[in-house]
Amino acid sequence: MIIIDTTRPPQEPAKQKWDNRPDLLIEGDHDLCPGCGEPIALRCMLEVIQEMGLSKSAIGAVGIGCYTALTSLLDTDMVQCLHGRAPSVATGIKRMRPESLVYTMQGDGDMVNEGLQEIIHSAARGENITCLLLNNGVFGETGGHMTATTVIGQRTKNTLEGRDAAYHGHPISMTDLLTPLGGVGYVARSTVTTAKDIQRTRRYFKKAFETQIEGKGLSFIEVLTMCPTGWFIPVQEGPDYLNATMSPVFKIGEFKVDGKIVTPEGQV
Amino acid sequence: MSREFVEGSEALARAAIDAGCRFFAGYPMTPFTEVLDHMAEKMPAAGGVCINAESELEAIGMTWGALATGARAATGSVGQGLSLMQESFSEITRAELPLVVFNMARGQSDYFQSTRGGGHGDYYHIVLCPIDIHEAIEHVYLAFDLADRWRNPVQIYGDYLLGHTWESVDLSPRSVALPSKEWALDGSLNGTGRARNINSIGMTKGAKGIDPETFWNRLQDKYRVIQAAETRIETEFTDDALYTVAAWGTAAKFVRYVVREMRKEGYRIGYIRPITLWPFPTDAFKAAARGAREIGVFELNGGQMIEDVRLSLLGDAPAVSIGGISSDSSGFGVGPLLNTARIREIIERHYARVAAARAA
Amino acid sequence: MGAMITTRGTITVDIELCKGCELCIPACPIDVLTMSTALNDRGERYPELAPGCTGCGACYFVCPDFVFAIYEYETPKKFPAAGGAAL
Repeated sequence: MIIIDTTRPPQEPAKQKWDNRPDLLIEGDHDLCPGCGEPIALRCMLEVIQEMGLSKSAIGAVGIGCYTALTSLLDTDMVQCLHGRAPSVATGIKRMRPESLVYTMQGDGDMVNEGLQEIIHSAARGENITCLLLNNGVFGETGGHMTATTVIGQRTKNTLEGRDAAYHGHPISMTDLLTPLGGVGYVARSTVTTAKDIQRTRRYFKKAFETQIEGKGLSFIEVLTMCPTGWFIPVQEGPDYLNATMSPVFKIGEFKVDGKIVTPEGQV
Repeated sequence: MSREFVEGSEALARAAIDAGCRFFAGYPMTPFTEVLDHMAEKMPAAGGVCINAESELEAIGMTWGALATGARAATGSVGQGLSLMQESFSEITRAELPLVVFNMARGQSDYFQSTRGGGHGDYYHIVLCPIDIHEAIEHVYLAFDLADRWRNPVQIYGDYLLGHTWESVDLSPRSVALPSKEWALDGSLNGTGRARNINSIGMTKGAKGIDPETFWNRLQDKYRVIQAAETRIETEFTDDALYTVAAWGTAAKFVRYVVREMRKEGYRIGYIRPITLWPFPTDAFKAAARGAREIGVFELNGGQMIEDVRLSLLGDAPAVSIGGISSDSSGFGVGPLLNTARIREIIERHYARVAAARAA
Repeated sequence: MGAMITTRGTITVDIELCKGCELCIPACPIDVLTMSTALNDRGERYPELAPGCTGCGACYFVCPDFVFAIYEYETPKKFPAAGGAAL
């Protein structure tokens, strides 16, 4: 088999379709696990910000989780917040700088456990911020414990036999909680398991940011991400495990667009 | 000079807005609520933002975000509400943000909470404690200046009396110079490899790993400089005092009145009032107390400032608590000990004992 | 002469960033990626490219470690189907 030299760009005339990272990601390695879905989601968000010409507008409020390690490469102005507390910080930033593109980046442990009241209140108040939920159903940074979004049957460090509804209760779907609130302009959920999913995720980010720019209320985008480490599975099985366990429970699609609830027929 | 008859809470809010405060978030709680009310009413007309947050946690979070953009921003509450905010206070302080906090405490039981860095980690808030609303107005302007100068939170320790007493005060506008803030977030450095990260552990862009030790030690160095530069104290009649009473906050006004009366009658009595609860005016206190046989500490709690008094004296003279927990049935700290006749009786008793021991 | 494989695109691979997760392998719709036998400085195998790439970018999309850049030739190249050393 011929192996093509991929150590340098092609000698022949060629157009670069994708650079290996967007301008808002600094060169270098990140410390997240092999097969982690979070860097993919972050790259999507930063690509879209760049494509929309908003690179100099973006200011972030970042929560605490594995993705905190990505902040050393994240080249936007940001505040490092406490676990769960990014939405209120983002509110303060946006109220004082309405011209900025203000986003939060939070995991499920951060947003749905510790910070549930913050996101719900910010959403009800209709703050024009974009909140990104990286949902892998575990507290990755502390070793893979159950969160409020762990699905029934999912194996985590403290639900080794699988989450049992009778003992551990039920998972919370943020799209269900936020869609009915009056101050919310956009609600969507996507994944990063295949190239097609990732393209969809990029479209959702674009719509979310347009919602913010047009002042249509809080925009929320939940991205289901792989966590083979926290799920105790081989790295290569991450995408399939996600699609088998999380996607059936957390529906993919847009639930609210431009402030109007999307009917099921309109969903993916 | 023009005077207006206003309640303390209104004076605090208006002074803050005149000092350049353009963001306020709070949660209603007695006796802080009126400060929030006045901010909500007056802030929009000044071009600022006031949010009635759904919780104290969210109030401090919003203020945190506003501070990050370089605005002069404040929050407030009561000791109980500040308890909820402590985690955020610790992060905000170690991220070197210039927060101003209006603590309308329920009495004097929150001295430790305010002065010992009530949350986790090695940090302090500068704490200004006014004796009355006139001084409080000065402290508001001072608080925003100190917060910006040191990039550190400043708390104004007020209370029910301060917020709810009506006085004739001067609230004429002043010209206030706002410093520039290179560290504030505005997106201008995005994509340069040097975008800003406001954080409490010394994270920097492009750096693998973090060095919190160096970062946190630098903050400690800053505290030593603040301790040397920003203490404030009020003393009267201490040069030849046989017995000296120390007090703080609005309770001190009652003590000061009694001491002045007793001096007119020939008692060799002195008075010391720390104005900055942190940094505590240790050296000035020790110097003022020199020569007194005993220091009576009048505070309306179980004994909190007395520890700082003893650390200042380091054995020069005994410090004896002559106050105590005192509250009416509301629990808001306006208690029966706030009575000059009772205070006089207590001081006379202790003075007599100390004078007799000296004669013996 | 054997069959020729039309190749419309190509990639660059940052070998040292790769953590050997192999998510790119099943992502490629025409199966032109295989993991190397050699190891990078991390001790991981990394993806190698055979002829036939279309420049679709699927590998770039699914990679968590920013390993790939994607190119499209102005004029598609042709490679022989069988054997040969690295070009």
